[in-house]
Amino acid sequence: MSASPASDILIRVRGLTFRRGERVIFENIDLDFRRGRITAIMGPSGTGKTTLLKLISAQLIPEAGTIEVDGQNIHTLSQTDLFELRKRMGMLFQSGALLTDLTVFENVAYPLREHTQLSERMIRYLVLAKLQAVGLRGAAQLLPAELSGGMARRVALARAIALDPMMIMYDEPFSGQDPISMGVLIKLIHAMNDNLGLTSIIVSHDVKETSSIADHIYVISDGRIMDQGSPAELDRTASEWAQQFLKGLPDGPVRFHYPARDYAEDLFEN
Amino acid sequence: MQTVTAGSWLDPLVHAGRRAFSFLERTGRAGLFLLRVLQSIPSVLLRPGLIMQQLFSVGVLTIVIVLVAGAFVGLVLGLQGYNVLVRFNAEASLGTFVGLTLVRELGPVVTALLFAGRAGSALTAELGLMKATEQFSGLEMMAVDPYKRVLAPRMLAGFISMPLLAGIFSAVGVLGGYFIGVGLLGVDAGAYWAQMQNSVDFYEDLMTGFWKSLAFGFAATWVALFEGYDAEPTAEGVGRATTRSVVSASLLVLGLNFVLTALLLETNP
Amino acid sequence: MEAWVGLFVAAGCVALFMLAMKVSNLSTISAGDGYEIIARFGNIGGLAVRSPVRASGVLVGRVSDISYDTRSFEAMVTMSIEKQFNQFPTDTTASIFTAGLLGEQYVSLTPGAEEEVMKQGDTIMFSDSAMVLERIIGKIVTDKLSE
Repeated sequence: MSASPASDILIRVRGLTFRRGERVIFENIDLDFRRGRITAIMGPSGTGKTTLLKLISAQLIPEAGTIEVDGQNIHTLSQTDLFELRKRMGMLFQSGALLTDLTVFENVAYPLREHTQLSERMIRYLVLAKLQAVGLRGAAQLLPAELSGGMARRVALARAIALDPMMIMYDEPFSGQDPISMGVLIKLIHAMNDNLGLTSIIVSHDVKETSSIADHIYVISDGRIMDQGSPAELDRTASEWAQQFLKGLPDGPVRFHYPARDYAEDLFEN
Repeated sequence: MQTVTAGSWLDPLVHAGRRAFSFLERTGRAGLFLLRVLQSIPSVLLRPGLIMQQLFSVGVLTIVIVLVAGAFVGLVLGLQGYNVLVRFNAEASLGTFVGLTLVRELGPVVTALLFAGRAGSALTAELGLMKATEQFSGLEMMAVDPYKRVLAPRMLAGFISMPLLAGIFSAVGVLGGYFIGVGLLGVDAGAYWAQMQNSVDFYEDLMTGFWKSLAFGFAATWVALFEGYDAEPTAEGVGRATTRSVVSASLLVLGLNFVLTALLLETNP
Repeated sequence: MEAWVGLFVAAGCVALFMLAMKVSNLSTISAGDGYEIIARFGNIGGLAVRSPVRASGVLVGRVSDISYDTRSFEAMVTMSIEKQFNQFPTDTTASIFTAGLLGEQYVSLTPGAEEEVMKQGDTIMFSDSAMVLERIIGKIVTDKLSE
């Protein structure tokens, strides 16, 4: 780790525990997200990856543990300070979360209109620049309902970078995309990270796509970190579980069969 | 708390208890929700554009159904009233009958029921859909408070629209009664208006109706907003929330009407 | 959109205004610049505050207060008369009538012949109590029986 960890690590998660009812989602986990890097959280569906993003953005409150974003404990901030910090945190939702009654242009302009006093000309200039960056300047006057899923995500990305944040969290950016939009999104995430100096957090279960751009990967299951490292390190991991997950093997430590009684016994009952 | 194992004869009791608890819990949450919405209202006053937009979708889009319903109710009141009054040779009192019925009861109540059905269900569906598509989370992540930008303007619009809609309903109804009574059945026009003016008191009747319509607008909008914001974020959940919104808002309006009528009669004996 | 909202609000206000002026009695409520006279009745029947006061059938005012005088054991009815009707002689008679057979009750003023007119706070000297339906029926019945 570098000499000045405070400046190198943008988000520091320590001893995070979160439960939903009886179910343990996270059990005492530590995570570090380094500035300017792409860090991926991977794991099977239902392991609470999206929950982690909501915890980092303080939409949920953990049961125990701390999350520091840029040196501030995000769960002890006042609403004003939290909102100040959130202006510097972008988030890309799986559905895009675009406002349905506004056009693409107005959606991207929304955070600018809410948080800045810029002139109409300046807003237009900025919005068109952001839309150009995601390749959808031509779709500025469409409504969200007229966009494909991949396009909606790109618009949401343009909106997320409208206020020039320090980081972006991507919630399952690749799920349900055709190969072309998948390629576009991979290229965009990579370009955003390099050109804008953003810190990126990707939550995903798409192993191949995520590995191709991530600098560091955490593999999470059952509330614990199963494995971590760079994509190359994980490729050679000793953990059988991680091997099964990353290679997508049908059987391994995670059984193919849901726990059940003996098959024969079940069949010939009475 | 002691848990009772399943299969016991206490089961129905336990079930009822659970329902009661969850009802109380929901009511409590609805109360806190209302508090937060009301707290956010002052900040909305600085954004008249947002209120304008909601007045359009809550008020303007409800106006046609209120006009049509008001006209039909007025026509029926004219017919029924005439048929009853003519037996006592008192058809000149038709104006009294139509005016009092509309201004005191039917205007506020029927308008509120229509409002819950048209504007309320639309609000619930819209908010439920916004929740299902993560738009509230999206707003929060943009450091925008959904209570201030989404919920409070809708609350305010409902609050403003209802008395206006109830007024339109009653006015159209009075004209409908006039059309039937005076136009078709030959009641004297002067008697119609004079009898009405004689017996409809501005403070006791008209203002009573006005306060009622304000209260109903408040209640119906509150229920619609809460059901939408509290909806399960799935297509099925939004559908269920919409149905529940209309049903609870209608029942709340009718219940509230009884309470308010009793209270207002108490204060003006 | 703004135009529609404007139209809606305007329509609502017009409707409320129409209800106030045309349907309710707001236009006939005197703004308190009339004068008050008092009448005493043995029985006021169903007369109530805000009941009309008429002269020759024309609405000239409304009942503003009803109280019971414990010394004379009579009802004291205070009436607020609009200021343009300030020519009632001091020997005016106040009677309580019913509009129609079952209609509302009102005070009817029948002017007398005196030169002097009534002013704020004056008391009417002659009054006829309300015709209580039960009493009339009772009287008819006893008259019939005694025939």
